Formats: sequence, structure tokens, C-alpha cells
Amino acid sequence: MPAPVPSEGLAGSEKLAGGKSKAELRAERRAKQEADRALKQTKKVESTPAAALAKPRLQPSEPQSMVKRVPEHVQVDDPAAQKRLAKKLERQQVPLRPDYGAKVNLFSHLHQYSRKMPLTQQMSIPSTAIHPAVVRLGLQYSQGLLNGSNARCLALLQVFRQVIRDYSTPPNEELSRDLVARLKPYISFLNQCRPLSASMGNAIKYLKKEISGLSSTLREEEAKGKLQGSIDGYVREKIQLAAEAISKYAFEKISDGDVILVYGCSSLVSRTLCDAHANGRAFRVIVVDSRPRLEGRDTLRRLVRKGIRCTYVMITAISYMLPEVSKVLLGAHALLANGSVMSRVGTSQIALVSKAYNVPVLVCCETYKFCERVQTDSFVSNELDDPDDLILPGKGGAHLRGWKENSSLRLLNLVYDVTPPELVDLVITDLGMIPCTSVPVVLRVKNVEQ
Amino acid sequence: MPGAAEKESELSERIEAFVARLKRGGERLSSEEAARQTVGLLRKIIGHGRWGSAGELMALIRKEGKRMTAAQPSETTVGNMVRRVLKIIREEYGRLHGRSEESDQQESLHKLLTSGGLSEDFNTPYPPLRANVIEAISELLIELEGTTDNIAMQALEHIHSNEVIMTVGYSRTVEAFLKEAARKRKFHVIVAECAPFCQGHEMAVRLSKEEIETTVMSDAAIFAVMSRVNKVIIGTKTILANGALIAVSGTHTLALAAKHHSTPLIVCAPMFKLSPQFPNEEDSFYKFVSPQEVLPFTEGEILSKINVHCPVFDYVPPELITLFISNIGGNAPSYIYRLMSELYHPDDHEL
Repeated sequence: MPAPVPSEGLAGSEKLAGGKSKAELRAERRAKQEADRALKQTKKVESTPAAALAKPRLQPSEPQSMVKRVPEHVQVDDPAAQKRLAKKLERQQVPLRPDYGAKVNLFSHLHQYSRKMPLTQQMSIPSTAIHPAVVRLGLQYSQGLLNGSNARCLALLQVFRQVIRDYSTPPNEELSRDLVARLKPYISFLNQCRPLSASMGNAIKYLKKEISGLSSTLREEEAKGKLQGSIDGYVREKIQLAAEAISKYAFEKISDGDVILVYGCSSLVSRTLCDAHANGRAFRVIVVDSRPRLEGRDTLRRLVRKGIRCTYVMITAISYMLPEVSKVLLGAHALLANGSVMSRVGTSQIALVSKAYNVPVLVCCETYKFCERVQTDSFVSNELDDPDDLILPGKGGAHLRGWKENSSLRLLNLVYDVTPPELVDLVITDLGMIPCTSVPVVLRVKNVEQ
Repeated sequence: MPGAAEKESELSERIEAFVARLKRGGERLSSEEAARQTVGLLRKIIGHGRWGSAGELMALIRKEGKRMTAAQPSETTVGNMVRRVLKIIREEYGRLHGRSEESDQQESLHKLLTSGGLSEDFNTPYPPLRANVIEAISELLIELEGTTDNIAMQALEHIHSNEVIMTVGYSRTVEAFLKEAARKRKFHVIVAECAPFCQGHEMAVRLSKEEIETTVMSDAAIFAVMSRVNKVIIGTKTILANGALIAVSGTHTLALAAKHHSTPLIVCAPMFKLSPQFPNEEDSFYKFVSPQEVLPFTEGEILSKINVHCPVFDYVPPELITLFISNIGGNAPSYIYRLMSELYHPDDHEL
């Protein structure tokens, strides 16, 4: 019968044509599901603590695993994690820094160190395991002599540059592997002195990638020169040129007659304001400061030296000052992938009160500080500073001086806090002016580039 | 009579001393102390002063009251007590004059319209007036002494166990409130130190002596830790007639952070802090002290080129406040204006 045949044939060919694609699709889907399932299995296996222990021994040139390892410095209340850390530090000949003072319950998962007990007291100096420049840098960090995200990162890169210059490959070793292994104890040491900032973490990641990406055909001198060149390039591009670009963008946002409020000490914000003033804008600045760090006084001195008109208040007085403020310019320690801004403690408060008074909040941040971490509150990942800093100097400190004997009294000295993205109006980066929520887009573009 | 003249000079000396103490303001007179001393002084004025009728007495009190409030405008309890005494005088006079209590209230619109020129004529002298007024003022003094205990008695109704309570600075009322609750319940307190004077340190030490788990932190961390706080309990300097607060500097930030996290803000304040003033200009009540605490003179190099401010008080609008706990119980901010009409007479709002 002719009639059904062509239809059948038609239907058959359709099915064949559509079916082939359908079958293809089905096969593709099945393959993808298998791949996902395999990945989940490896994820489950890898995310056990044993795997986390195995990780430091892995070569860094292995592909990036999808598993995020929880950093040790937020797992202080986990005795297993602390034991692992102690073993690792012993292996690297880096001393373990003891915690100090009773901690507030909410923050028992973080370290709390005392400035009076630096790490170097437990080391023999000169130390054979740690380069002396690194020891000096670690001391500068832990004593609070070097503060600020950019300053710490720059100092770190300079020290590593010196380390690379002084490095010589031992016989029968490859530079790209041995140098990374040599850097690991230094990084642990610096971490023990003061937890690494996001900018430092990103810089170290870049450096490790550069080192392991060196071709083995290069001679030692050439390789060292190339590394030093890439460090210089990183500093120039990501820090110095980025600061210039941000300053230019921010200049557009500052108008004559503005009253700008700044908080604490941010090298980027100070530079922006000094450049704007040098370019002829007429504005005045209100510097807000808070105890116990009193970093605003550094900003104040810098600005006054350039001839900018300043006012100085404590953070409790912002409700009085805000009605006359036209915009708020803040610096950032890191920008997180969910759009939150991690910055010095008190920044979120300023953003909140500014929002209540309808004053725009602008955050200045270079792209190398963008972090893939996400955080919603200021508790899970933070830093606790020396609690003795809260005690007033002189006779005002009589109340709190005996706080250690008092079992019901605790002192809390937080270093960072997280500002939710809805309180920030604009982020000025070296790529332009973006809203807070575009941070993951920038991160993705950066990852694709690399 | 030499005796009376002596008493008068002693009285005026006392008033001068009080006014000078208020003006100096150095020793941080507590509000309760100021209220008690004001009432004591006014009682003496009524007892020893020369006056014939209620009208003369009220004019005398008003004159002295104006002088005392002018010495330290930020110490509003002085003016509040003067107004309370004036209301007591009016009441006692009314009772003696034979008027019923009802017509004293200016509630009804009808009465307002039909009364027309109802001006109280306080010129009829009544001998028992002096004794009655002094008795009523003694009752007022007793009430003043019991305010902190009355407020503290309500503590257990508002604090449950394992709570995290935040407070700022040093308030005697809040200290008594929390101590009373700590006798039966276990909770944590976070104290914001309130720079630059850091009264929060003293508060924290006192609370920790009662075995309350206390944490002291800098004011910069208020928003950072607010997400874990269950209640915010604060004291205040003054309660304004619209239910707003004039409290220690930093309280507005605390109130905004509490609102952002929907945390209830409870104000513990006795009724003698309620002032019949409305906030007319936002910054007319600001009081500044020497900025020595903010930027010490050791920074002299830049001091001459900058402005430094050290405001002592903050204005907190009523929509950020959840509850007022006072010696007469708990009230919402929207009810404060009614309480005011019970305590003060509208003619006395302007001294």
C-alpha cells in the first residue's frame, strides 16, 4: 500500500533526523550526568579532612580542584584542624603562635594574639629556615607597624623579590618546584604573624602561578630575572596604575563645593583626594575616626599637609556631621563575590547612617582585591586584634586594666566588617565605575583572561 | 525679723551655689541628683519665701526656675521639676478654691470653646496652701527616690534567658535594670564603649561584678555585631514631647542599626526626664565639650588648621524606638504626649 509507506517513511526519516538529534541529545545529557556524578564523588572524597591534609603536599601545578578548603585561621575551635596546623608548622620549622586572653564566645573560631608576644620570641635569630627579610616583615605585620591592604601587599612583593634574588637552585632540583616549596614556610610564618589579607592572597596566587609556569629550559639567572620582572609588572599594573585610574574616575565624581566624608586610613582615598585637590577642585573633607586604632589621624595629617580643609570627629558624631555631607568616600580591604564590601570595622555603620540621610556612598577598590569568597555577616571570617588596645591610656584605663582576672568580662577588638551591597551606591575600580553586584562579572572576566 | 532675713539669705546662697554647680558642669551631676536637689530647693523657697497668694508663689518659682534652667540648658530635669511643682501648686490651689478636678482638665473641645476667657485667678490667699503644697512636694520627692527601683522591678518581664543585650555608654537606670534581671536569668551583655569619654568601660566592669557575661567593644563595631543581638536597652538624657530622645552621642547609629536588623530598642528612663519641649530645629539642643578628648593637644602641629567637634548628645527620632520603660510602666513612643499632659500644665511649657 503506497499511502502509509511514504508517511511511515516520512515519519521514519523525521524520527531518524529528529531521533538522531534526540538520541544525540540524550547521549550528551547522559554523559554530562556521568561527569557530574564523578565530580561529586571526587568532591566528597576530597573534602574529607584527610584530603585537606594531603593538599599541601600536592604540587601546585595540578589543576585547580572545585573544592574550597576552609582556611585554618577560621577553624581555631576545631582541635583536629589545629593539630594538623601544628604538625605542618613543625615540619616547616615555623613556630606556632599561642592565643591570648579569653575570647568572646561568638568569635571562638578565630585567633586572638597579643602584640606583646611576637612570634620571634620563640625562634632563634638568625633563623635558618626563614629568610631574614621575611622575619622582619612578619614582625612589622604583627606589631602593627605596617597597616593597610596596599602597603602590606607591596611590602610582601618587595620581600619576595629579594628572596628570589637571594635564591639559588640546589643541585638536582628544578627552580619552578623548589622555589614554591621554599616560599611555603615563609607564607606560613607570615600567616602566623598576622592572617594574610585578600590582596596578599591574590598576589601570592599570581606569584605561584608565574613560578610554576616557568619553562624548564631557562637558566637560573634568566628565570630569576623573569620572575622579578613579573613582580614589578604586577606592582606597576595592579597597584600603581590602578590607583591612577581610580583617581581619574573619582575625579569626575567630585565637584566644587563638595563636602566629602572619609573614614579611617585608606591610601587610595587619600591619594584620590590629594590628586583632586591638586587638579584644582575646591572641596572640604570630614575625617571620621574610631578607637582603638585611630587611623584617621594619619589621613588627617596627609590631607592637611596638602592644604585641604579638614574637620575631624569620632564615629559617634556622624549623626551630627552627615546633614552637611554631600558624599562619602570609603576604601575597601576586599570586595567579595556576593557584592559585599569587606573593610575596616565601622565602615558598614557609616554606610548605614549615610543611607538614612540619603548621602551617596562610593567605595574605591582595585580589581586585584576582588575575592571569590562570599560572606554575609562579620562573624565567620574576621580578625581579632589585641584586646588590650581597648584599654585607655593613663588613668582612664583604670576600669579595664584588670580585665583578665575578671572571668565575666571580655574585650572585643574586631578588625574588619562586612557592608551589605544595598548600602553601597557605587564601586570605583580601575575597570570603571560599577555597581556592587557586578563583582562576580569582573571576577569571571579575570578568570577567563587567565 | 532677723531670723527670716537670715533664712532668706541662706536660701539665696543655696540657690546661687546650685546654679553655679550646674553651670560648671564638671562633676557630671546625675539627673536624679539634679532633680532631687531642684525639688529640695523649691521646697525651701516655698517654705521660707515671702508670698501671699498662689499667683505670687508661682511667679517666684518661675523666676527662680528660669535662672536655674538658664545655667545649664542641657540639664532638662531642672526645668521639668519646676514645671511639676507649678502643676502641684495649681492643683492644690484648685482643691482649696473648691473647683472640682474635672474642670481643671482641658480635655473637652466644648469646654474650650464655651469657657471663653477662663483665666484662673490665683490671687485668693489660702493659709493652708503652704502646708499642702509642701506635703505634695514631699510626696514628689519620695516618688523620685523610688523611680530606679520601679523601673528595675519590670526587668523580668522583658528579659528572657540566653539573650544577647546591647547597650551603649553608662546609664544607672539600665545598670539597675540589668542587675535585677541577672538575679534570676542568665544572659549576655555587649557594651559599646561610647568614645571619646568611654563611659561604657565603667558600665561593663560594674555589670561583670554581678556575674553577668559582659563584652566591651568599640562603637565602630555596633553594626557588625548587631545581627546577633536580641534586644537593645539604653538610657537617655531627655525624652522629648513627641517621643524622641536626646541621648548620648552614638545612640542614633545604634538605633538605626537596630532598625535595620529589626531588633527592638527599649529605653529605660524615669518620668522626670520627660520634657514638654518639641524638637524645633534639629541642632538646637546640641552641646559641645572641649575636643581635647577627640584630638589631644599633642597633635598641635595640625590643630590650628582643622576643625574638631565633640558633640555630647544625639537626637533619636521616635520611629526608631520600640518601647519606653518608666516608673509608671511601659509605653509606646506615640503615647508620650498624653503622659506629658498629666505631668505638666500647658501654660507652664514655656517657663
